[in-house]
Amino acid sequence: MEKLLEQYAKVVGNEVIDHLRQLSYPLKGIKVLHINSTKEGGGVAEILNRLIPLKRELGIDAEWEIITGEKDFYQCTKKMHNALQGNRDDIPASLLTTYENTNLRNFERLRTKLEEADVVFIHDPQPAPLLHFAKERRGKWVWRCHIDVSHPYRPVWKYLREYLGDYDASIWSLSSFVQPLSHTLYLIPPSIDPLSEKNIELTEKEISGYFESWGISRESPILTQVSRFDRFKDPIGVIQSYRMVKKYTPVQLVLAGGGASDDPEGQQVLEEVKAFAGNDPDVHILELPPDAHRAINALQRGSDIIIQKSLKEGFGLTVTEGLWKGKPVIAGDAGGIKLQVVDHYCGFRVSTPEGAAMRIRYLLKRPDIIQKMGQNARQFVLENFLITRHLREYLTLIVAVLIGSEEKIELRLPQNF
Amino acid sequence: MVDTDFRIKDCALIAIATGEKAQNLRELRDILKNTHQGCLYYHFWGGLLRPKFDDPEYQNDFAVWASSNLHDAKISEQLSIIDPDIYDNIEDLRREIIEIIEQHLYENEHVPWVKAGQEFQFIRSQIVTFDTGVTISDPEGFSDIIFKMSLGSIYYHFIDARRRNPSNKCDFNIWLQGFGNKYMNLSEALDKIDPYFSTLHELREEIGLTFTNCIKGGI
Repeated sequence: MEKLLEQYAKVVGNEVIDHLRQLSYPLKGIKVLHINSTKEGGGVAEILNRLIPLKRELGIDAEWEIITGEKDFYQCTKKMHNALQGNRDDIPASLLTTYENTNLRNFERLRTKLEEADVVFIHDPQPAPLLHFAKERRGKWVWRCHIDVSHPYRPVWKYLREYLGDYDASIWSLSSFVQPLSHTLYLIPPSIDPLSEKNIELTEKEISGYFESWGISRESPILTQVSRFDRFKDPIGVIQSYRMVKKYTPVQLVLAGGGASDDPEGQQVLEEVKAFAGNDPDVHILELPPDAHRAINALQRGSDIIIQKSLKEGFGLTVTEGLWKGKPVIAGDAGGIKLQVVDHYCGFRVSTPEGAAMRIRYLLKRPDIIQKMGQNARQFVLENFLITRHLREYLTLIVAVLIGSEEKIELRLPQNF
Repeated sequence: MVDTDFRIKDCALIAIATGEKAQNLRELRDILKNTHQGCLYYHFWGGLLRPKFDDPEYQNDFAVWASSNLHDAKISEQLSIIDPDIYDNIEDLRREIIEIIEQHLYENEHVPWVKAGQEFQFIRSQIVTFDTGVTISDPEGFSDIIFKMSLGSIYYHFIDARRRNPSNKCDFNIWLQGFGNKYMNLSEALDKIDPYFSTLHELREEIGLTFTNCIKGGI
């Protein structure tokens, strides 16, 4: 079977893979351990699923373990997650005790691996206290923050910060998400995997098959927003934009997101969106299961313009996924989208439904610009937002935390490398 | 005998947030006075190794911020024209930026502020360099190699070199000097390439074509 790195070389070029091999050479044989709280679902698990085998193929002894807990633990970490993103909600002391005890139990289970690893990456707040218990650790510990902590609810941040101070470094997705800590604050934006089900090339036949199964004609242009039914994603604003465009030109709108979930607010927003859409036959609301990766891939590929009109956004992976499929993206001027969508180059950043409508009308009138922006979009992702870039930055960081803290680090590779 | 071997190196850069943020020009100036030298390097040169396609006319992050966030065209233009290569060291560059900002503050009573979330975020970087093991001994065989060089190598030899070498020369030029006057035209042509208005992909193409054309044209 073809090795993973060879598969990626076909997408990004041999030079990129050679670069990874050289950079990782001094790291051969080191033990790297990643810890998070779930093996499936969510962007963190998705990225680790691919990063770990890639690191192993480069000769690094990389492993991935998860911490487990009871219902109260997850209730606590959910509250913590929301509070770190600004939700003003205190966490009861009993839940924090569960959080600490759960981490202690997980530490005891994983003790040998945690203490023996050369580098430990702790992802997000759930396993953050593990370091506190690892008194006999020999490696460097790095906390990887995947969420936007730019405006946290202070009491919760203050509590968590106590566990973060002793880490050797932390990693943040964007500089604007950073909170000051006494160690080095590395910046590594997320990435997408071009070989995953969500992003792999599909045949036209397969794409058409999906659209037929949804009963969506491809006769008129299709605008698509893929996201949870969440007010911060502004699905109502997207419908308003669509209606403004519809007065001038035939167009369809697809809003695709998770189906009826256990998130009561998600269900409520979905009902509001359905009510607002009314009986318009050109508005298609698709409730897709969370693992419908190939279907989402087909939907993005079969659309003309991708919308992500978020009012608040961390790093919108669906934006980068849309760009990778060679589609211009019209997105809310929020959070990480500023880095993802280069205005007028691979799409447009907008602040209102009116702004989105104006850009959609412009693009529908100018298919040449759709095509040009689509080409730019794919190239932009190829150069900046694929997992190979993510891996390169992880390797650079490992070299930096293990070998030196100076501004310039010179690696010595064997002559016959 | 002159060593005419050119060893191709490569590099990878990782960004580090310093946590410093400026909401207006006064804060920008005050932080600039003391911030890590690496921030100046990153905000002037590091841009070439990271996503950045908007405002290509502004070749440093201070000018981009002044234009896109402060909406102050005058200071943005004044900052954008700074050529970091003409300064002997980074402290001279620092003094020049501060001088431009102070002059602007002196001439303008009103100091515009940006909204929360639009602050200038100071970033520095660490750079890891390594020898690729590829050695070239003859400029005439170089043109084919350049098109296959990684973007990290282009950055290292063409951009980063300018702060390592005397007279801000790129590594290719320093190497060509070892051949005496034989490759003077090529050396001059490389000197004329402006590294600040293109992506590294475009730069690789431009350097490769310069080698090819000069070599084919009899140097």
